Amino acid sequence: MSAGLVIVGGSYAAMQIAASAREAGYAEPIRLVSEEPVLPYQRPPLSKGYLTGKFTPAALPLRAEAFYRDNRIETLLGQRAESLDLAARRVSLAGGGSLAFDRLALATGTRPRPLPLPGADLDGVLFLRSLADADRLRERLGGAGSIVVIGGGFIGLELASVAAAMGKPVVIVEAQERLLARGVSPQIAAFLADVHRSRGVALRLRSTVRDIRGANGRVQSVVCGDGETLAADLVLIAIGVVPNTELAGRAGLACQDGLVVDRFARTTDPLVVAAGDCTRHPSAFAGQLLRLESVQNAIDQAKTAGATLAGQEKPYESVPWFWSDQYELKLQMVGLVQGSDRHAVRGSLEQRRFSIFYFRSGRLVAIDSVNRAADHMLGRKLLALGRSPTPQQAADESFDLQTLVAA
Amino acid sequence: MPAVVYVLKDGSERRVDVPEGTSVMLGAIQNNVPGIEAECGGCCSCATCHVYVEPAFADKVPPPDLSESDLLSGVAAERKPNSRLSCQISMTAALDGLTVRIPDKQSL
Repeated sequence: MSAGLVIVGGSYAAMQIAASAREAGYAEPIRLVSEEPVLPYQRPPLSKGYLTGKFTPAALPLRAEAFYRDNRIETLLGQRAESLDLAARRVSLAGGGSLAFDRLALATGTRPRPLPLPGADLDGVLFLRSLADADRLRERLGGAGSIVVIGGGFIGLELASVAAAMGKPVVIVEAQERLLARGVSPQIAAFLADVHRSRGVALRLRSTVRDIRGANGRVQSVVCGDGETLAADLVLIAIGVVPNTELAGRAGLACQDGLVVDRFARTTDPLVVAAGDCTRHPSAFAGQLLRLESVQNAIDQAKTAGATLAGQEKPYESVPWFWSDQYELKLQMVGLVQGSDRHAVRGSLEQRRFSIFYFRSGRLVAIDSVNRAADHMLGRKLLALGRSPTPQQAADESFDLQTLVAA
Repeated sequence: MPAVVYVLKDGSERRVDVPEGTSVMLGAIQNNVPGIEAECGGCCSCATCHVYVEPAFADKVPPPDLSESDLLSGVAAERKPNSRLSCQISMTAALDGLTVRIPDKQSL
């Protein structure tokens, strides 16, 4: 019998590689090795509804146990892949033992970027990536007196919106001059900053952290670069992520801030595919190599990887999209705003129902929508088709953008 | 416990008990009913849990809110008057036997 496929990873991409490989006709054994003790689960709710209890643990698994059983996907949970021997086609496990493979899929994801400062290891200083992280955070959140969030990215802002809605005092400390400097436009960042301030969240922009202090091993405060001390009995460090490429790198696969893959999700070894947050891939949409951290990227790239494993060619060409829920705002983003030179607003910022269309050299490159999901959905179609309204048409609500899709 | 009948792409039916308060989407995921992808996990962001509600139940299911209605404008399969996002339909005793048809595709 063939040794089949071994998938290293336990989240969206790992699940979807297995599902898509089977769908595309891959008939050999599939084994999914995940460091986490549970089946692949939703991560986005961990910084939102899961913390408030609105999203129950039962709703977290991406697929039920029956899915893995019916598709003959063996899951090895709570097992960490320690090293790869590509020549011998074996994965060694941390607990001893190894798995033989014919094909290998790496979906190792990312881990929170550490903050190498004194006090970062104090009790009450948390990160948020896994379900275990979320459980720790949820346990502490209810009783927290004052919260400092280090990092003004999506995770930090989502946690801040949950905590502020619970009536907790929250300070966000961000080193850049604005929120979400890496992910969204200055216009959306300014809008979200206003929303957070209006909910009582204090924003300290252009502010670094010097150290984190505590007593008896428990966190008590965060000291900023300018010397100001912020009281905190709960600190979330949310300053981005680092791709988990060590396993691949040590085995000789090309990595450059991400495991390098081609548009068929193949690594530099023809037997090995990779997908998800851990990869750096050629983006047909952006015309450059990208590493994306999103559910969309994980799922769509994994569909490509699954097809590749089954001997089919299904290039990864999706338009990137993302979402974030903060307070009652539904923020949906499609395309990539970086490099845009012009924008047009459709709808009303005051009413918190608008979309910003971004253009580069007159062509649509991205749309950020707040409580305007229809624009977002339409944007996905427009960008996939390579069609573009003019900035005037985008700003004019009497112009029906659907006509551009139908044309 | 009320039941949902999912009509799959191949026309076959799967009858599944779904607890009151649980969404039709989650009922499908938890029971391994294929064809409902639910990429966003039910937060009404992705439109990959599209179903067609059988006309007999049209009046029993509360209508979509603005955000669902907005998303429905962008579903991958044909949007019909009975199109719904299954993550937004919460099961009740009155919906026992709710029959939903799964469209041929969920993503573009």
